[in-house]
Amino acid sequence: MSAPSSSRRRFVKNAAGTTAFLLLAGHDFPARARAAAQIDGKPVFFTPDEMRFLEAACDCIFPHDDLGPGATALNVPGFIDRQMDTPYGRGELWYMSGPFQDGPANLGYQLPFAPRDLYRKGIGAANHYARTERGRDFADLHPEEQVEILTAFEGGAVHFPELNARLFFEQLRRNTLEGVFSDPIHGGNRNMEGWILLAFPGARADFMDWVNQEGAAYPFGPVSISGQKA
Amino acid sequence: MTTKRTDVVIIGAGWAGAILAKEMREAGRSVVMLERGPERSTATEGTYPGSIDELRGAIRHRLFQNPAKTTVTIRNTVNQTALPYRQLAAFLPGEGVGGAGLHWSGVHFRAAPDDLRLRSHVIDRYGAKFIPEGMNLQDYGVTYEELEPFFDKAEKVFGTSGEAYKVNGQIVGNGNVFAPSRSDKFPLPAMQDVYTASLFRKAASDVGYHPYALPAANASMQYTNTYGLQMGPCNFCGYCSGYDCYMYSKASPNINILPALRYDADFTLITDAHVLKVNLDSDRRKATGVTYLDQRENREKTIEADLVILAAFQFHNVHLMLLSGIGKPYDPISNTGVVGRNFVYQTITTSRAWLPEKQFTNQFVGAGGAGVALDDFNSDNFDHGPLGFIGGSPVWVNQAGVKPIAAAMNGGGKSAPRWGAGYKAGLVDTYRHSMAMDAHGSNMAYRDVYLDLDPTWRDSYGQPLLRMTFTWKENDIRMNQYVVGKIEPIMKALGARRYELGRLEHGEAFDTRRYQTTHLGGGAVMGTSPTDSALNRYLQSWDVSNVFVIGSNAFPQGMGYNPTGTVAALAYWAAHHIRTTYLAQPGPLVAL
Repeated sequence: MSAPSSSRRRFVKNAAGTTAFLLLAGHDFPARARAAAQIDGKPVFFTPDEMRFLEAACDCIFPHDDLGPGATALNVPGFIDRQMDTPYGRGELWYMSGPFQDGPANLGYQLPFAPRDLYRKGIGAANHYARTERGRDFADLHPEEQVEILTAFEGGAVHFPELNARLFFEQLRRNTLEGVFSDPIHGGNRNMEGWILLAFPGARADFMDWVNQEGAAYPFGPVSISGQKA
Repeated sequence: MTTKRTDVVIIGAGWAGAILAKEMREAGRSVVMLERGPERSTATEGTYPGSIDELRGAIRHRLFQNPAKTTVTIRNTVNQTALPYRQLAAFLPGEGVGGAGLHWSGVHFRAAPDDLRLRSHVIDRYGAKFIPEGMNLQDYGVTYEELEPFFDKAEKVFGTSGEAYKVNGQIVGNGNVFAPSRSDKFPLPAMQDVYTASLFRKAASDVGYHPYALPAANASMQYTNTYGLQMGPCNFCGYCSGYDCYMYSKASPNINILPALRYDADFTLITDAHVLKVNLDSDRRKATGVTYLDQRENREKTIEADLVILAAFQFHNVHLMLLSGIGKPYDPISNTGVVGRNFVYQTITTSRAWLPEKQFTNQFVGAGGAGVALDDFNSDNFDHGPLGFIGGSPVWVNQAGVKPIAAAMNGGGKSAPRWGAGYKAGLVDTYRHSMAMDAHGSNMAYRDVYLDLDPTWRDSYGQPLLRMTFTWKENDIRMNQYVVGKIEPIMKALGARRYELGRLEHGEAFDTRRYQTTHLGGGAVMGTSPTDSALNRYLQSWDVSNVFVIGSNAFPQGMGYNPTGTVAALAYWAAHHIRTTYLAQPGPLVAL
């Protein structure tokens, strides 16, 4: 990582400390408490076993490494859980009228399952596959084995009883990345660490002064829709 | 059933509908506008910061059509079973007041003169044998010179920013050297080049191409338009494409036209009104009005009108014509009929340059209509003779503001891991240091590419879905590959440390799962003969003369440019002839 990035990382860390201090000093304590309850609260859709799967699988897709935290630390499984009880999660943004007929992949999704159904069926089938092939639930396998299993799912050769494993994998990948990079208001991207990784300034949305600075990095850290700074 | 009467009923509250509504009110006619989606205004849901939530916006489709109620079916070839387009991806029609004109980007072009008479032009320059078997190459039936006053009028309503090259035959500025002469300069100066666009401008010049500032319906300065409505200067926030502009800087029907109508007692906008059909009289030569479903009351209602304007999205206009029996449906086997014929799209591929790590491309900075383009390989600006294909592509850097979820889905390029170890590093490098270039090209019309009604699937109102039969054809793949090849020298001139060229491949089928563009066209095209067009050159139905159909459905082939500027000019052109000729003496504007 080049010098400007690491100096920004320090700046961002300092700014985050300042924000936390202000919040604790009483400026917006009830709102913060509410947000914490939503983010760290119990899952509303997934069972504890399903959450264990999600934590393990999301961390395979977006792992902790020297660039920053992984998906679970960013509360991505909690984000996906919350998405299940939205119009999207219930399949209300998809055309879900029959008949349902299989076709070439390039003509798109053709199953009768909403996202919440894809997860329920997909996690069950993935754990069944893990037990059959490796003798344990997915979450109890070594991370290297988990990656091997997800790689097999991605490759398209694994078929679950009601859906192709690739389709489930792609759903999981998509929602994991949404959870990493969406505004924290939706429950993921905790402390805006997803945005800090990219140096995306969040809801600043005013770049009149940075239209063309001859390739200099944008100097300010992110802010969120709710006014959180990092 | 409730029945209401008006002079003019307009279906759709997007650009075409808003333009026709304003023009018909200026002509003193009462107007009812029906919009099947909800009311939308900048002052409510368009406000900062809620409007710039990527998840709620472009990802969960806040402003797009919800396919749960109605969608299309799609197949690549006539012998396939078309399947429903269940998840929006390849194209994103709008829904609600403003239509796709609320979430568009703002690139605002005038059609090239050659493109408006492409069949005649190709025959003049290359001979009739140059046109491949099965390609339905056609003229619009209107020329650039005829449309010029209406291009100019639209730009002054939209507050378009740009730099002219030629005004009244005189070279006046550093604009597009391939652009035809204009009667006036752009109402606002060009948008500033973002960093990546400035690099592209220099590299393209070094290679010997002719870069110019994209004409943008994003206001580079404060502007008061023709109707006294105000726009604020764009701040490059990066939330044009897929969003409503909280800055009042991107032109939309909601900002640039509808506020001039909202307090007019003879203009009525009814939202949540899904039009089921246009009603015709017993001999099917005259429309009597429309029947719509009031979705709030779940009741069918009828509006009687002297004049019916179809101004919904491209394929919704075609769908309504088919459902209503306006014009003869196209049959590709017998090659007869016109409604559904010449369904077209565009060929869009993206190439990417990774710059040295000391250069930060700050891709979140942007404006949807702004950028730098070159037309050296668009339209017929280059000799097609030895190349053996028809069509072309502008090439541009149009940095509209890259948001993190969208960036994350694309990751670090073709060679980088899509997830897991190495994914983050590739994504970070790509987000911070890369820049994208598009070849945004034409798509010709073919005998076996068309729209009709699906035999199996229905919408939530019980009507058959529209069926698209569409795939890529060799002519257009070859065109795309040729133009993309011309991007390669720019990559080298940019000093890219690596680059990827995006192109269509031979035999590639249209993939509905990946966003390409919402620039669909044709299906109810304008032209000079009722044997190969559904509309005459004034966008009037040949068959039902009190029906006008306004939109990119009128394009006989997909042009390299973005469609909205031409749709707006055609809307003003049609409105002009309705006002000056049709209203005084209703009937066909072109005698047969």
